[in-house]
Amino acid sequence: MEKLLKEISVDGYKAYSVPEADVPIKDPGKILEDKLLRKKQPGLPEISEAELNRHFTRLSKENYALSTNFYPLGSCTMKYNPPVNEKISKLSGLANLHPYQSEDTLQGALEILFELEKNLCEITGMDAFSLQPAAGAQGEFTGLLIARAYFNSKKEKRTKIIVPDSAHGTNPASAALAGFEIVSLKSESNGILNPAKVKEVLTNDVAAIMLTVPNTLGVFEKDILAVEEAVHKNGSLMYYDGANLNALLGVSRPGNMGFDILHVNLHKTFSTPHGGGGPGAGPVGVKKFLADFLPYPSVKKSSEKYFLNYNMPKSIGRVRSFYGNFPVLVKAYAYILASGAEGLKRVSEQAVINANYLLSILGKKLNSPAGNRCMHEFVLSGKDLTLNGVRTLDLAKRLLDYGYYAPTIYFPLIVEEAIMIEPTETETKAALDEFAQTFIKILEEAKTDPEKLKNSPQNTPVTRLNEVEAARKPILHW
Amino acid sequence: MDYISINDQEKKEMFSSIGVSKAEDLFSVIPEKAKVKGLNLPKGLSEQELVSKFEILAGKNISLKQMKSFRGAGIYEHFIPSLVDEITGRSEFLTAYTPYQAEASQGTLQTIFEYQSLITQLTGLDVANASMYDGASALAEAALVSIRSTGKKKLLVSSALHPEYFQVLKTYLQGLAIDIKTIPLDGGNTSTKDLKNLFDPDTASVIIQSPNFFGQIEDLEEIKKLCEPAGFLLISVVNPISLGILKSPGEAGSDICVGEGQVLGNPSGMGGFTFGFMSCKQSLAWKMPGRIVGQTTDTKGRRGFVLTLQSREQHIRREKATSNICTNSALNALAGCVYLSGWGPEGFKKLSTLNLSKSRYAFEEIIKIKGFSAAFSNHNFFNEFVIKTTKDVNKLQSKLLDEKILGPLELEKFFPEFKNCLLFCVTEARTKKDIDKLVDILKEC
Repeated sequence: MEKLLKEISVDGYKAYSVPEADVPIKDPGKILEDKLLRKKQPGLPEISEAELNRHFTRLSKENYALSTNFYPLGSCTMKYNPPVNEKISKLSGLANLHPYQSEDTLQGALEILFELEKNLCEITGMDAFSLQPAAGAQGEFTGLLIARAYFNSKKEKRTKIIVPDSAHGTNPASAALAGFEIVSLKSESNGILNPAKVKEVLTNDVAAIMLTVPNTLGVFEKDILAVEEAVHKNGSLMYYDGANLNALLGVSRPGNMGFDILHVNLHKTFSTPHGGGGPGAGPVGVKKFLADFLPYPSVKKSSEKYFLNYNMPKSIGRVRSFYGNFPVLVKAYAYILASGAEGLKRVSEQAVINANYLLSILGKKLNSPAGNRCMHEFVLSGKDLTLNGVRTLDLAKRLLDYGYYAPTIYFPLIVEEAIMIEPTETETKAALDEFAQTFIKILEEAKTDPEKLKNSPQNTPVTRLNEVEAARKPILHW
Repeated sequence: MDYISINDQEKKEMFSSIGVSKAEDLFSVIPEKAKVKGLNLPKGLSEQELVSKFEILAGKNISLKQMKSFRGAGIYEHFIPSLVDEITGRSEFLTAYTPYQAEASQGTLQTIFEYQSLITQLTGLDVANASMYDGASALAEAALVSIRSTGKKKLLVSSALHPEYFQVLKTYLQGLAIDIKTIPLDGGNTSTKDLKNLFDPDTASVIIQSPNFFGQIEDLEEIKKLCEPAGFLLISVVNPISLGILKSPGEAGSDICVGEGQVLGNPSGMGGFTFGFMSCKQSLAWKMPGRIVGQTTDTKGRRGFVLTLQSREQHIRREKATSNICTNSALNALAGCVYLSGWGPEGFKKLSTLNLSKSRYAFEEIIKIKGFSAAFSNHNFFNEFVIKTTKDVNKLQSKLLDEKILGPLELEKFFPEFKNCLLFCVTEARTKKDIDKLVDILKEC
């Protein structure tokens, strides 16, 4: 086990040093009031640079990452992250800008934001975007505040948001945060929405319905146009959760399906590394009639000069400081430029082919509640395994032993013992075949040696961890 | 170019396994009306073309490497030790996801645990989360915690809070019926007299930034005492670099502390390399939003780390979740972790003192110049300060820019009442030579 920083700390050691002072050093005790000063020094570790480097490098090796392992994590779109994107985002002329520099000195950066917005409009079929939201969930929250502001401007009191059980977990949480009441809607057994059931919950106080398309079972909502008609007839808005956009690039557009508001998880579809949990970016796009409500500022262009427009009196306000997670936005723009129209279409086609290919093999071994076709991901149920006392969790842990990061498990909640696989377009056929063979081998093991699965993983830096103990007696720092 | 590898033979085999003859068959379920006939975007670029396009775009900006910056106001230029980029650039950290499978993610989980530990040490509070988007949204989330945990509906917010933080706070609360009152200023500090008058038993929290937007250090302890014993929370917004010398929020009686982590090893990045840190008292741990990592043991009794207290989160409680945070800013927080690990307490204090000394030197030199004077009588500031000038500010700024200096922020941009007031920032990144040059140019203006 790698020791903690505190445990490798040695009195008097340090990795960094401050330059020698070229101005008179002021004793804080002499120029600031004593009551403002720290009495107890923070317990920061004392470590040499070499040891610090080794500590973090060793820790990095205790990680599965896209660069080391196949990561078929459903709903997370873990595709290959081109290093060129990193390189570009770190160009000095992009990484070392102050947000409050004058617009004259930020023309290149503003051009990137302006063009990215235009490209996202084209890809999704929307009319305007705000690049400010820092993550998908913040995008959802922003989108719902836009819905609220829109109905307020029309003096309509609409307090409810419909969220199907096939939607992402953040949807209801975001709606609650925006002050809405949530109406849960049950999907059919194959995860699809039934327009008749949507109509039943469409009361005149519904502000919007939040849909994930393809849904969390990896299935396209085939009756989307009927749903759209009913929702709009009710005066409600259509919200699109764009976390699964990787299935539709260049093939279909949420805007064409009648969606009014959407967010796009740039870090997923547009391939900017996930960084162990972020930063990401969740730009929000809207149809023209909602554009005035987007967060300020927006980037505009007037006679070849880009500028930040703060004159947005109907705006919901600001959801994040400055202009969003700029480096993530740069990487997404680089990815779009590298791919081009044809490349983007190829991305979705191959993502869907790869997912269906895996489903065609694994769907013969485990029940697939949504049938034998999927979009970019699919969900299997490990329920049959439970006959031997093996759970989906055990299957996932055994995959770690074979060098695979486990797929998403127990999500969506509507499938018993769910296991959700998203291979993405960047895996080769050989990699998929190997994964499928391993998966099948583990299913065999589940029958012949269930204990092996329950005792897995064994090849990882630690074996199964006691999560109950962690929650019951929380140790949250050294 | 794209990043896909597949040949025709493989594609044929895959189609045959699936039972279709072409890719379009897989999209047949999508109604025609929802389809699109090709995107109106240019052709893809090769890597070489891509890099040169971005080099041209980057060249249209003037970066802080081409100027000497005296501008802060929320984003600061500090020296970044090389080790920080070395570690955050490691693809094993960069290309990993949120650590859902703990056994395969010990690297990320332990670094978050180390990060949480460092933040609690620095802020003097009991618990920290795994980071949030930025300082502003972390503050808004902290305000929500205060509302939920006290059941009260009023917030008192210092007028010396960063204006963009205030804007984000207002946006976050617009769906809820919350009364937000601002506490007026007394000079460059929060008016304690006005605070006392505004305070009532329905106050959920008092929000104070220190050093505040004007660079002035607030007396958090005094503020906490003024309003006691009422059951409200003191939320402080702090600059972590200042905590090498300033009283920790915990010592001063804060219940929740938040702030912007960019200063800890992240470049300015047009305000995009941010992470919000948040720490709080133990009693609020279950109310804290975002991810938290906890220590536990594996089946062999060895130490390991997992995401914990998850029953607060959106994937379990859906609409009853404590927040909707899913993606955060783990990689930027990792930079913060590597940065904070290398100084040792003495080195960190020195760094903090150097910031204080350099800004003090610049301040003393600038107020000697005719037409420039201290805006406030209280000179308790850290690395930013406000100067009032009788000079033509536009001319002054363009003259500085001509000399490759990013001048101070004009406060009027956010505070109309502070016309002709300039917010200067001086960190350890500025040398005496830089400061002297700034002073010389100001003299000529």
